[in-house]
Amino acid sequence: MPYLGSEETVKELRRALSNPNVQSDQLRYRNIVLKVIRAMSQGVDVSSLFSEMVKACATVDIVQKKLVYVFLCSYATVNPELSLLVINTLRKDCQDPNPMVRSLALRNMTNLRLPSLVEYVEQPLMTGLRDRAACVRRVAVLGWAKLYNLQTRSEIDASVVNELYNLLRDPDPVVMVNCLRALEEILKEEGGVAINKPITHHLLNRLKECDIWGQCEVLRILQRHRPQSEDELFDILSLLDVSLVSPHPPVMAATLSLFLGLSSGLPAVSKAAIERVRGPLLAICGSASREMRFAAICHIQLLLCSIPGLMGAHYKRFFCGYAEPSYIKQRKMKVLVELVNDENVAMVLDELKGYCTDVNTDTAQAAITAIGRIGRSYSDKCLEILTGLLGLKQEHIISAVMQTMCDLVWVCPQCSETVCVAVEGCEEMLLDSQGRQALLWLLGMYGEFVSSAPYTLETFIDGVRSEASLGVKMELLTATMRIFLCRPAETQDMLGRLLHYCIEEETNMCVHDQALLYYRLLHCGIEETRKVLQGRRSDPSLGVLIGRPAEPISQWASSFNTLGPLKQNNVEMESTSRKTPELVTFEPKSNTDLRDTLTCEPEENFHSGSDRTTEKTDSCTPVLPSSPGLPLTLSLSPALSPEEFEHMWLEQQPPQSEQGDGMSKEEDYLCLEECLRCPNIFDCSPKSLQAAMQLVNIQMLAFTPPNTLPWRVYLYTHTQQSNSVADTPHSSSVRDVQHTLILGELQYSGKGNKKHAIKGSISDGEVVTKDWDDEREEEEEKVVAYGLRTDRTQDEVKVTLKQHPKDEQVLKGFISILRTLLHTLSSEGV
Amino acid sequence: MMTMISQLFILSSKGDHLIYKDFRGEAGNDVINVFYEKVTALPGDQPPVVMSHRDLHFVHVRQGGLYWVATTTSAGSSPFTIIDFLNRLAALVTDYCGSLSEKSVQMNFALIYELLDEVVDYGYIQTTSSDVLKNFIQTEAVSSRPFSLFDLSNVGLFGAETQQSKVAPSSAATRPIQSSRDQGVFVDVIERLSVIIGSNGAVMKADVEGEIKVKCYMLNCSEMRIGLNEEFSIGRSTLRGYGAAVHVDECRFHQAVKLDEFDDHRILKLCPSQGEQTVMQYQLSDNLPSPPPFRLFPTIERDNRGRLLIYMKLRCDLPPKSAAINVSVSVPVPKGCVSLSQELSSPEQRCELKPQSRSLVWTVPRCSGGTQLSAVFKLDVPGLSSASMLEVGPVGLTFELPKLTSTGLQIRFLRLTPVQPGPSQRWVRYVTHSDSYIIRV
Repeated sequence: MPYLGSEETVKELRRALSNPNVQSDQLRYRNIVLKVIRAMSQGVDVSSLFSEMVKACATVDIVQKKLVYVFLCSYATVNPELSLLVINTLRKDCQDPNPMVRSLALRNMTNLRLPSLVEYVEQPLMTGLRDRAACVRRVAVLGWAKLYNLQTRSEIDASVVNELYNLLRDPDPVVMVNCLRALEEILKEEGGVAINKPITHHLLNRLKECDIWGQCEVLRILQRHRPQSEDELFDILSLLDVSLVSPHPPVMAATLSLFLGLSSGLPAVSKAAIERVRGPLLAICGSASREMRFAAICHIQLLLCSIPGLMGAHYKRFFCGYAEPSYIKQRKMKVLVELVNDENVAMVLDELKGYCTDVNTDTAQAAITAIGRIGRSYSDKCLEILTGLLGLKQEHIISAVMQTMCDLVWVCPQCSETVCVAVEGCEEMLLDSQGRQALLWLLGMYGEFVSSAPYTLETFIDGVRSEASLGVKMELLTATMRIFLCRPAETQDMLGRLLHYCIEEETNMCVHDQALLYYRLLHCGIEETRKVLQGRRSDPSLGVLIGRPAEPISQWASSFNTLGPLKQNNVEMESTSRKTPELVTFEPKSNTDLRDTLTCEPEENFHSGSDRTTEKTDSCTPVLPSSPGLPLTLSLSPALSPEEFEHMWLEQQPPQSEQGDGMSKEEDYLCLEECLRCPNIFDCSPKSLQAAMQLVNIQMLAFTPPNTLPWRVYLYTHTQQSNSVADTPHSSSVRDVQHTLILGELQYSGKGNKKHAIKGSISDGEVVTKDWDDEREEEEEKVVAYGLRTDRTQDEVKVTLKQHPKDEQVLKGFISILRTLLHTLSSEGV
Repeated sequence: MMTMISQLFILSSKGDHLIYKDFRGEAGNDVINVFYEKVTALPGDQPPVVMSHRDLHFVHVRQGGLYWVATTTSAGSSPFTIIDFLNRLAALVTDYCGSLSEKSVQMNFALIYELLDEVVDYGYIQTTSSDVLKNFIQTEAVSSRPFSLFDLSNVGLFGAETQQSKVAPSSAATRPIQSSRDQGVFVDVIERLSVIIGSNGAVMKADVEGEIKVKCYMLNCSEMRIGLNEEFSIGRSTLRGYGAAVHVDECRFHQAVKLDEFDDHRILKLCPSQGEQTVMQYQLSDNLPSPPPFRLFPTIERDNRGRLLIYMKLRCDLPPKSAAINVSVSVPVPKGCVSLSQELSSPEQRCELKPQSRSLVWTVPRCSGGTQLSAVFKLDVPGLSSASMLEVGPVGLTFELPKLTSTGLQIRFLRLTPVQPGPSQRWVRYVTHSDSYIIRV
């Protein structure tokens, strides 16, 4: 920032610099040069002093030389011609007996950044590579990188590259590291410096000589090495084990990054390495430098994606400090949310509650959001806190609570009752558009339970003219429409007014068109409108019973130890659950193509399968006619909350569970146990399992994390069967469409399961375990005959299904769908 | 990608350019203003550590009230390296200039340019070791401290030794390392305490992060031996001795520390380089040997005139001979609080209402162990409701405990070889800071 009188200053400085009296007095001369640099760093344009400064360069005073070089390097690009004058002095200095002078000259020669000077620089650089003093070699090596980047697309002499490769064996570790850096830049187009086995081992052996900065660079570059054998890999890893727990954060991070890269094919090794850095990482979280703390917390967030249990016992370390900056507090809260469990939930919530009144509104809102996230698993406690916060009557808090409740209700529909009570009377305190949108969404969705809903909407509609936010207007339209559907008498008049305003007067096209759409929709009749507007109220699949599946480490390994995790909004733990509810209606996916392909295939299997079943199970079930083309449809609505599921599941527990009979038939429900052979299904990621199930309209409610035993999945679906086959013997009442609800559990518990299944079949003399895979069974018999232990149970998943009302045929159809699905998935998994 | 720094600059908190150095010529110096605009655009003076502008990433740390900013064009650069480097650079500048402030940076800019030139070349960190750098750095530091008569106070008449000369002058550890006239070694044991006390008085969390720092001005010191308490134990399993053992959970050492006598005698051996370095870091969670230094007993009421009354009793649980200094109690108050009147127990205490942080701050310069202070605050809050009472949130304390470590760690001895001639110049200092001391109400 140039200040007044800068011209005066420059003039004065020039006079002083060219004063022979000053020039002869070393101290005075240096002080004037100092003044020039001071002016320069304050932002005064002193480039016009260039020629005077060039003269000042020819001095024996090293301090002055350094100062002049600072000046020259800053202004050389502005004065390329004059810079030529310097080059002679610099070249002379390169011959100086003092290595410090030599390195200084060489460094600044390459820092001038003038392509025209390249020809003068090459020769001293070449000599520099072979200089006796390490400090000169360090500079010379990097000089080549500078030179290379200066000449656009020029070929660098192959002999230089060779020389640089040779210098990797330089006794000075900094020269070695600089060689890596220079080669990396020069050979950018070829993918950087070539790392082969000898170089790798050379670098590893010399790692200890380097300081921490050098170590980091070496570790970085080693990521490119691919060990040829597992032995070599483990040799490298054990060499690096010390660095992994280094007290220096950069070294620790670089080592872990290298570990993750090298052992990408061995998840267990990566996991062990991550466990190993837990201590050092936690130590950094308590570091005196808050920026360093922040970096550590951001990286812990990454690690938690794959190993959720990593920091469980240390949750207190993520409690926010009193004077910590908001960016740390907000990240810590995100970590805390991940660490909540039954034991610490009370402590964590108590802590988070304290943050809700933080002076920083962003921090307060982040705390409220965090409570909402925890509410997905511990809804009662969290709702109590959230409703308590409404009592504070502060705009930003109420707005955040509203938004949080919206999200919460979407995921946990059982919260709606409390939320409906809480919503009343909040509208006056909501000032920002986000909060009001959330309130409107809630009113629209749960209007029938909020007695004052139409009146609240009326105040919104009366003020629609002065409403500035587009989002609020859109949400208002949808909410009014929805309430109209359930409470038409109270709403009709205001809906008319709103539609009239939006269609006739509103200038925004989105609002206008939306209103027009609704208007026309109403013309199509109330049923049509209902179909479009009343979609799902919740999406329990996002609920917390379905724990967020652990991501594979490879997902984030490449961004470890980069700036990425530290950037804002980068690590979004989960996409927002409630997306544009006003525009998308959640139609149950009923007839997707994929579903057809998945269900058509089992149809055939089913026949053969069911035939076999009939033979085997004829003692306990009436003969099932194979019904070709049985139109069995699965659907997800009405949605079942996890609580309901649990309740029904326990209720339908067969009273005599030790009955031994796989199919226990009670009054109106059917319980069936099956063993399906599907290798690797429990290795398959829960996400893909869930996605596949959703395709055929089976909803997964809960599952254990992968790689834990017993592995369990709970699921449910509704079946609809157009009962066109008139002579179905067991259908008690002949209806056109039959609905049943199927609850299911898939369980894989290792070897114990198998024994149990076998025992069952022997003791009862009946086939309880229906094995669908005969070949496999034969094979197993052979194996047993040879006296070998079989591993077959590894592949078997025990399926327990409970159906209400009972309909065996449908259940069988369902099993075959499930079986195909699991088979498809497990074969994909392999 | 290797970690490379494109530019480096130091800004004052008001945005004045103090130092600017472009290493790679990848972006112009207008990015300083871009950075400062980004900083000022954000509320709360807490800009995120990493910010981006087009292809350029800014990484900054705050030290000594200054912004130390590095820019880089590669998003693959290691944040740990850059942040650690900036901190190390700040430490180097502190070592060379004596202290870290806007003024000292301004006065020593030539020295800092010289340092930067040696420390970073073409954006690559070359060295940050003061042992290496001392061969290259030629500029003398300019001390920013004005001449003060107090400096002379510990020299007796005609140079006779006074009582004070047994105490290190306060300025002794804040001089540039180059001034080789007087030598000395300072060993600081610094602990940071972070405590949460629940509303029922139960200690919810008590962590101590500690470090031993050595600041060395010696030129010819070949080895230093630091003896810790003999009963010092690490981890749960290795309890040593009887009675009051000094215990920490985890312990890390500087790589230059030799530990061959540590297991048996708890002696750290090292060859200190000039300047400051952290020799040992340790950490203790939840098992503090002594009770937390402060307890607070608050009562919050509403009086009949609609004012909010806060009674506070602050009890200092330190041993009677110790004292806490610079105690400051910060109490969040309801929004819209307009005025404050207080009754404090002694005249040197102060109380202030800080509207921008919505809190009242009660400062006590000195509070000795075993004492109890009380205060009454009356707050005028227009439209006070029962809900506003809830806004009186967790109370935060900051304080300093000189000559005290909360873990009980002590330096038994400090020996230098070769044995230094002349008066002993070895100083050991202990201090505990409150990192975060929260008492819920």
